Amino acid sequence: MILISCPDCGPRDETEFHYGGQAHVPYPEEPSTLTDEEWGRYLFYRENTKGIFAERWVHSSGCRKWFNVLRDTVTYRIAAVYRNGEPRPTLDGDSQ
Amino acid sequence: MADLLPEHPDFLWRNPEPKSSYDVVIIGGGGHGLATAYYLAKNHGITNVAVLERGWLAGGNMARNTTIIRSNYLWDESAAIYEHSLKQWEVLPDELDYDFLFSQRGVLNLAHTLQDVRDSVRRCEANRLNGIDAEWLDADQVKEVCPIINTSDNIRYPVLGATYQPRAGIAKHDHVAWAFARKADELGVDLIQDCEVTGFVKDGDRVVGVQTSRGTIAAGKVALCAAGHSSVLAEMAGFDLPIQSHPLQALVSELHQPVHPTVVMSNHVHVYVSQAHKGELVMGAGVDAYNGYGQRGGFHVIEEQMAAAVELFPIFARAHLLRTWGGIVDVTPDASPVVSKTPIDQLYVNCGWGTGGFKGTPGAGWTMAHTIAHDEPHAYNAPFALERFSTGALIDEHGAAAVAH
Repeated sequence: MILISCPDCGPRDETEFHYGGQAHVPYPEEPSTLTDEEWGRYLFYRENTKGIFAERWVHSSGCRKWFNVLRDTVTYRIAAVYRNGEPRPTLDGDSQ
Repeated sequence: MADLLPEHPDFLWRNPEPKSSYDVVIIGGGGHGLATAYYLAKNHGITNVAVLERGWLAGGNMARNTTIIRSNYLWDESAAIYEHSLKQWEVLPDELDYDFLFSQRGVLNLAHTLQDVRDSVRRCEANRLNGIDAEWLDADQVKEVCPIINTSDNIRYPVLGATYQPRAGIAKHDHVAWAFARKADELGVDLIQDCEVTGFVKDGDRVVGVQTSRGTIAAGKVALCAAGHSSVLAEMAGFDLPIQSHPLQALVSELHQPVHPTVVMSNHVHVYVSQAHKGELVMGAGVDAYNGYGQRGGFHVIEEQMAAAVELFPIFARAHLLRTWGGIVDVTPDASPVVSKTPIDQLYVNCGWGTGGFKGTPGAGWTMAHTIAHDEPHAYNAPFALERFSTGALIDEHGAAAVAH
């Protein structure tokens, strides 16, 4: 069970949340101009990082707001929580 | 002290030093990698092959699954590859000269809602059109096949019936891996453990070798059979996969007298359970929601599926949990595998079997070996190419996959 700090409600059990996968995936600006390959990539391809991963969570049983988390996909430890629309924070030792 | 120990049994395979070059290098020494090596040698006469394993043979998902074997998938494409796989399971104990306790005790996929019933009956009919043994059982018939199931209507989601595939079953997973490994080794394949791939050597768009923790190895062709770590390898090689890696947990109880004669799976209350030959009840959970490479998951997932198990099988309330563990499953958007050529010449990928790769071991190996040998897919895996994620010809098996994800 992961303890997730909702930006509005504070630390709550993972079971109060739902997962939304990779964060920062924008809807294509001009969907009608995409090739089938590009549309397929938008629909079906997501990063599958081993290590620090920027991902979305929603506090379904609380404030029902979406937010973003930086989490290590090996240790499952959460490194940062930030609000929707905010840029991805830089971590110490982060090369990104 | 040493003289008190029995003689070490015969080793089932050599542990050779890697050569500097092979015709084919297979990355991943799990069931699928070993089966690919075996069928490359047996069906195609290609024996200058190495299987590289970063840990020990069959120590990943091959050691962690719940050993269920069945072919009752909905779509024609899936029915073909899974049924081919099941037919191989039926001949492999003789072919590999190894009794790995393949037990065709049948599988029940339970239905608990009206929609479950409609979907299940449809799947039975689809299976029968594809020559797969499948029948629809009502609740009383379910009780006859598996007397310990609670089929009364005093539970939250009563059992309304089930699909039944009598030829389905279980096998002893470790022995399956060892059987493939021994035979592949006999046919000349080098099984190289403790050898992690750290990079790919390319000549333009063509792969010509791999860098490993034990030196660079040249290769005419390279095959990825790395399940949960497929994305990591693909990124190293310079292409992307439509895969998300998730933790998937399973558990066993202490040993019990035989009480459970078949395999039972329930999508709706979510549990799948069989009883191993030794006597432990083997159960599987759904995937943890988040991406994870940690080979462990949250206990609340275990708790939920044990609650489902106890409701369906009241006698399990007295059973004690012995051990839980997790593996890393490679999940695709349509819950069907990818057995495919890649954008890189002479590089092939077998992945995306997600929560159901064990049953597919022979089918994956058979079709992957064909794809490698001919640089073209076999008819059985042609529909499972990467191209389907741009053509839209998905093979949606979320219903038949029977594990929540």
